[in-house]
Amino acid sequence: MRRLVLGLVCALLMAGPAAAVLPEEQLADPVLEARAREISQELRCVVCQNQSIDDSDAPLAADLRAIVRERLTAGDTNEEVMAYIVARYGNFVLLKPPLDLQTILLWSAPLLVLIPGGLGLALYLRRRGRASAVEPTPLTAEEQRTLADILKTGDAP
Amino acid sequence: MRRLGFIIPIALFLMVAAALGLGLRRDPSILPSMLIDRPIPVFDLPGLPPSEAEGLASSDFSGKPVLLNVFASWCVACVIEHPMLLRLQAQGVTIHGLDWKDEPAAGADWLAQRGNPYTLIGSDPRGRTGIDFGVTGAPETFVIDGHGRVRYRHVGPITPEVWSGTLQPMLDRLEQET
Amino acid sequence: MSAEIGQLALILAFMLGLVQGVAPLVGAHRGDSVLMSLGRASALLQMAFVVLAFGALATAYVTMDFSVELVAKHSHSTQPLPYRFAATWGSHEGSMLLWVLILALHGGALAFFGRSLRETLQARVLAVQGLLSAAFIGFSLFTSNPFSRLSPIPLDGTELNPLLQDPGLVMHPPLLYLGYVGFSVAFAFAVAALIEGRVDAAWARWVRPWVLSAWISLTIGIALGSWWAYYELGWGGWWFWDPVENASLMPWLMGTALLHSAMVLEKRGALISWTILLSVLTFSLSMIGTFLVRSGVLTSVHAFAVDPERGAYILVFILIATGAALALYAWRAPAMRTGALFSPLSREAGITLNNLFLLAATATVFLGTFYPVFIDVLNGDKISVGPPYYNMTFVPLFIPLLVLVAFGPILNWKRDTVQAALVRLRWPIIITVAAAGIGALAFGLAKLGAALGIALGVWLVAASFMLLVRRWGLGRKGAETGRLIRTTPLAVWGVAIAHAGLGVSTIGITAITAWTASEVVTMVPGQTIEFAGRRITLDALGAATGPNYQAEQGRFRIEGQGRPFLMVSEKRFYPSSQSQTTEAGIHGEAMGNLYISVGESATPGAATVRLWWHPLVGWIWGGAMIMALGGALSLSDRRLRLAMPARKTAPAKTGEATA
Repeated sequence: MRRLVLGLVCALLMAGPAAAVLPEEQLADPVLEARAREISQELRCVVCQNQSIDDSDAPLAADLRAIVRERLTAGDTNEEVMAYIVARYGNFVLLKPPLDLQTILLWSAPLLVLIPGGLGLALYLRRRGRASAVEPTPLTAEEQRTLADILKTGDAP
Repeated sequence: MRRLGFIIPIALFLMVAAALGLGLRRDPSILPSMLIDRPIPVFDLPGLPPSEAEGLASSDFSGKPVLLNVFASWCVACVIEHPMLLRLQAQGVTIHGLDWKDEPAAGADWLAQRGNPYTLIGSDPRGRTGIDFGVTGAPETFVIDGHGRVRYRHVGPITPEVWSGTLQPMLDRLEQET
Repeated sequence: MSAEIGQLALILAFMLGLVQGVAPLVGAHRGDSVLMSLGRASALLQMAFVVLAFGALATAYVTMDFSVELVAKHSHSTQPLPYRFAATWGSHEGSMLLWVLILALHGGALAFFGRSLRETLQARVLAVQGLLSAAFIGFSLFTSNPFSRLSPIPLDGTELNPLLQDPGLVMHPPLLYLGYVGFSVAFAFAVAALIEGRVDAAWARWVRPWVLSAWISLTIGIALGSWWAYYELGWGGWWFWDPVENASLMPWLMGTALLHSAMVLEKRGALISWTILLSVLTFSLSMIGTFLVRSGVLTSVHAFAVDPERGAYILVFILIATGAALALYAWRAPAMRTGALFSPLSREAGITLNNLFLLAATATVFLGTFYPVFIDVLNGDKISVGPPYYNMTFVPLFIPLLVLVAFGPILNWKRDTVQAALVRLRWPIIITVAAAGIGALAFGLAKLGAALGIALGVWLVAASFMLLVRRWGLGRKGAETGRLIRTTPLAVWGVAIAHAGLGVSTIGITAITAWTASEVVTMVPGQTIEFAGRRITLDALGAATGPNYQAEQGRFRIEGQGRPFLMVSEKRFYPSSQSQTTEAGIHGEAMGNLYISVGESATPGAATVRLWWHPLVGWIWGGAMIMALGGALSLSDRRLRLAMPARKTAPAKTGEATA
């Protein structure tokens, strides 16, 4: 129930502006602020449906944006900031899924189709090409008679 | 051999359909806690007025298994959960409270109105401790064992079914471990 | 009264659907013409009843019959008339009825227009259609009945979600469903062909217009959805890789592949089993999309029902429909391949390569969408897949595809050479390289990607134009250009315009990705700021009222480039549903959109104002509409639609490369 209410609140809040960062939240240092925006865009708002914390108006998103900025001001690298948040909320909070053994299928999706598909296509074309160069097997006597019938009467017997 | 290629679509499809079928039983919005089997984060919070001096700290979580309940005066579902917590307190369950993202005065008033089921209460107006716990909203309840490790998180209000089906057996088991 | 009529009509339609599903199949198997004609009759009758049912629901909405539960939930006495009507499909139950309506209309059309088809083929196609119809009507009747009554009758309803009270709502779902459901025709044809065990030129000729019209609708529907999200959700974003958006993109990608594959099948008799497979997969993706948005298996801002029980019904149905089709495919398709040959460099090969890339793109979107479910089922881990993933996988896939698109129409059928193709394309190549160079110089190395993106769009437009230039014999001695222009087949116009539209969209996407400017400030009335080369003044901050809402409105004056103009943005509150929306102010110009959004501010008397400059964003949807126009031109080419008479020989193909 709470999830539903929260979700609805978020859905309606989402009818609000994007880049929900308020002027008062922004850091003074433009380089750090830019990094904060970058990181925020890769972090999912976990109480919303499909928004980053940069886009969401939810209070939790505002808190997480503040934490991102705190950690950056404290000197963390981008990876360290992300790790801080992942340690508390899990991989789900990453909009870019991590590359590990269980996501290898996900990340290699394009190649998994292109490479076998491309090879298959190449083989298919080569085999068809070869087939057309091969002499067709000669007709049996029966088939020759059927052929003659068809040619004479215009109908199969 | 050629036939093999034609079987690939149906084979893949059946796998996908099976996965989707199983997926229907899962709730995509429930996030498991990252703290399971890990020690609780270090924190030291003041209490609610007028007992600010007597708050809640991570050092308070040792000796026996307890519940940590995240609540707030603005939280509607907490109102629904509250009588259950009072009942549990009467049964002797130790529940500590985390007043999350709440004005301390408002939290104090809320408890004064409805009764206080908590043994110790920590006031977390900025929500930082909540974030350390991976809290996503109120109410949430953590089961913490006698060694200060988080063993379970329940999202949403504690209903009688949740208590008798999940939390109570878990607490009993943890009591025997300690 | 009307709800009961609708209910009864729906029940009758369900039974007719069953008849339509079974009788013609049996009839085709036995060669019984009476049973086969029963298929036609029941399809037409079913269509009539479904239209009646839909009309009954729409009437209930328009006349504000709050005794009908759906109407009470999604309509209100103050709701404007267009939205009362459109609310008919603004709910899960209502949208299922819309789906059923379009399915029945297609069935009726197949019955009516399909008389020139081979009798057994038409019978089997109608049978598959009938089974699909019965299944969806059954789903509606048994789990999502739109006609349930409320007692006691409420005095007024809970209005339609304000987010949906928008002209976009009126058009977006019907167009999408025309697309999704339109592909069911190809599905039915494919399954019928598998049952029959053969595919001939008539089959492909028959399927193509249906696929094309579905594709056109889906293209417009998706573009409309994107545009609607842009202005309604106040984000200024146009695509979010949301699961529901992906649910519409996947059939579109596969449908595009099907469109081209059917072309090869019709013209050259090649790619038979591949086209059949695509026909099955495209509609299956449509159905999986419907499953996705109603089952709660994935969270999405867009989901209009979260009901695992209904989801289970749909999944079982997909399992049966797609499972049976793919099983038939595995069994029958190997025997259906013919010997149409083509060299590795030919239009057929180009289209096959295009299909491969589209398949890879579809697989990427599919995995990105469903991977969280797979992982959750496997070991309970929760991961999420967002825009960063798609930017790293989908985009690099699409870029080479776009490069190859230009080659397709310019290649000869059956056999061609690299040198000849490049010679034909020399002017577009020169223009593109020049564009890339100019772009790199103008935008600098930092924006090299943007320059290349623009060049890619230019490449598509130039190559498409080249197609027409060659057709018109421009630059060729002795060519009667005037006559050639006048006699250019609509289908050739179609290809050129559609591919050019793709280029236009590419330019729009590149521009908004590379050059969006944004600003967020706190403003008080009377304050002016500089943004995007203009001066923007907040003239007033006050209250406003609408038919069913109250609003906090910000009025802005924009000066500095051309004549000054006004923009308004407001935060609306709908008392009936207790909900809020933000309406952004958007000013469309030739080079882009100025986009303003007001929000509350902690400072009293002030507002948080967010401003964006979205360069060429309109080209994204403009390009999509141009693509749809190209499709429509192709569709209107009569050569495409003349059904093959049963026993005549096909006319000899001309030697030129035609579309």
